[in-house]
Amino acid sequence: MNAPSTQPPRNVARVDHLAIAELVTPGTRVLDVGCGDGQLLTLLEATRGIDGRGIEISQKGVNECVARGLSVIQGDADTDLVDYPDDAFDYVILSQTLQATRRPRHVVEQMLRIGQKAIVSFPNFGNWRIRGLITFTGRMPVTGNLPHTWYDTPNIHFCTIRDFVALCDEVHAKIERGIALNAHGQRIGLNAPWWFWNLFGQQAVFLLSR
Amino acid sequence: MPIRSDPAPAAIAPGARGNDALDQADHPASEVLRFGPDQPLRLDSGRQIDHLQIAYQTYGTLNADRSNAILICHALTGDQHVASRHPVTGKPGWWSDMVGSGKPIDTDRYFVICSNVVGSCMGTTGPASTNPATGEPYGLDLPVITIRDMVRAQVKLIDHFGIETLFSVAGGSMGGMQVLQWASTYPERVFSALPIAAGAKHSSQNIAFHEVGRQAVMADPEWRGGRYFREGTSPKKGLAVARMAAHITYLSDDALHRKFGRNLQDRDKPTFGFDADFQIESYLRHQGMTFVDRFDANSYLYLTRAMDYFDLAADFDGRLANAFKGTRTRFCVVSFTSDWLFPTVESKAVVRALNAAAASVSFVEIETDRGHDAFLLDEPELFATIRGFLSSAAHARGIV
Repeated sequence: MNAPSTQPPRNVARVDHLAIAELVTPGTRVLDVGCGDGQLLTLLEATRGIDGRGIEISQKGVNECVARGLSVIQGDADTDLVDYPDDAFDYVILSQTLQATRRPRHVVEQMLRIGQKAIVSFPNFGNWRIRGLITFTGRMPVTGNLPHTWYDTPNIHFCTIRDFVALCDEVHAKIERGIALNAHGQRIGLNAPWWFWNLFGQQAVFLLSR
Repeated sequence: MPIRSDPAPAAIAPGARGNDALDQADHPASEVLRFGPDQPLRLDSGRQIDHLQIAYQTYGTLNADRSNAILICHALTGDQHVASRHPVTGKPGWWSDMVGSGKPIDTDRYFVICSNVVGSCMGTTGPASTNPATGEPYGLDLPVITIRDMVRAQVKLIDHFGIETLFSVAGGSMGGMQVLQWASTYPERVFSALPIAAGAKHSSQNIAFHEVGRQAVMADPEWRGGRYFREGTSPKKGLAVARMAAHITYLSDDALHRKFGRNLQDRDKPTFGFDADFQIESYLRHQGMTFVDRFDANSYLYLTRAMDYFDLAADFDGRLANAFKGTRTRFCVVSFTSDWLFPTVESKAVVRALNAAAASVSFVEIETDRGHDAFLLDEPELFATIRGFLSSAAHARGIV
């Protein structure tokens, strides 16, 4: 990835990973794009018995993954996904990384070409806290979840849940499932309307297919 | 498979060549395995070597399952003395930072084998070896060798040890080419593969540099059509120039600048002559001169040729991915940012092909300004990568 992704607080991260793991059918082939130090891949190998691969931009992250016994290549999601053949994986995962890519649309399209399914998780910029911070302070929000100032953030393409749903429409991706997690890492009811997800979801996880 | 260890063929007596280095060709300071005409080494050229000698070193202990063997493949001017003092120069082994007790390639854990490649001059059959048919050095009578021929000879050695599957095959540069060849030709015999600073082919630019080196050797009047042993001459000047040109390609512009800049050698101002005014000139001359004391000029021709001929995809209709079809080998590909001889793009082509073949592959591009030679140097990230990769592979293979 272009830069280390914004990692939410630890307990929330676990929930986020568990939500992803739940979407993955056991024994499948999985590519984790922007896999960091390999936490998610390790979880998926342990709990879902997947055959996992990763792409990570930082040398440190790749080394940590290789030492863990993961198959990870150093690369950039924006430029290197084109190297993978069609249908190479059952799932291509982009966890907390979408907002740090230069071309999110291109990345999502490539994911759906390489994988039968794509799983994307990202921080929701439409969350009420973020909206409140912008409204009341008039400045770009800095929170525990999004700790960077605007000028040094790796996150150059924030979006809201509704923005992401619109992108899925544009690239003709079918949303198979969506999960929104609130600030406490709890799931927001499936029956809640989009506006409710967009307001109260702090993070979202989407399972997409072509 | 019965392996016969033939007695040494009548060889030129030690010291008779007036060159310590070239004595190594027949009398290497390491273990030796010999094969007779009943077990010839068949070559890509269609010819064969009837009396094959393989010189090798081992470190560590082969376990009872014979599952912990790592084959190290050396580069163009390397040898089997990975972690042993060089018999001619007296210098520590070329990978002694990497291989040893507690080192990334840990000899407390793994059984490490390294053999001199066919065509070289440190004890495995090469142009400086005595041809038993004539009692003279082969010279250019030795058939042209390919990377695959080198690997075929290594297979004979591995068979000799009764090793079914190598735990790992590792090597840099020409060694990395052998690693890729091993993984492609004998996938079931390679559990993990570590090609470093290498590529699946030699580029046009690389061939060009090698041709300059070969022409320098052959232009030396002392080369005598490769029969310099018989004629009592030695094409040292040509070989030194070849080494000087090649050495530049092993370093980066930044590293040269950092080390030498435009500094003058033991003088305050230029001499307005063609002496080695600059430190870089003096350094290259030294590199050239020391090289000829330990290397055979004809070997240089053979080995550079072998690298030039290497094009793994060519055997698979140009589709590199097919070279690794169905492989279960675990790969770790390593490149260096400032390597312009085997730039990262060459390693990435291998990674792409492995991905297309659904292989298990890791890839690390290590940031360094030391150029191609970085694989031989103290590079902590390289050590960490290799240690981590081997440890996890060892875990998967059940090596304690």
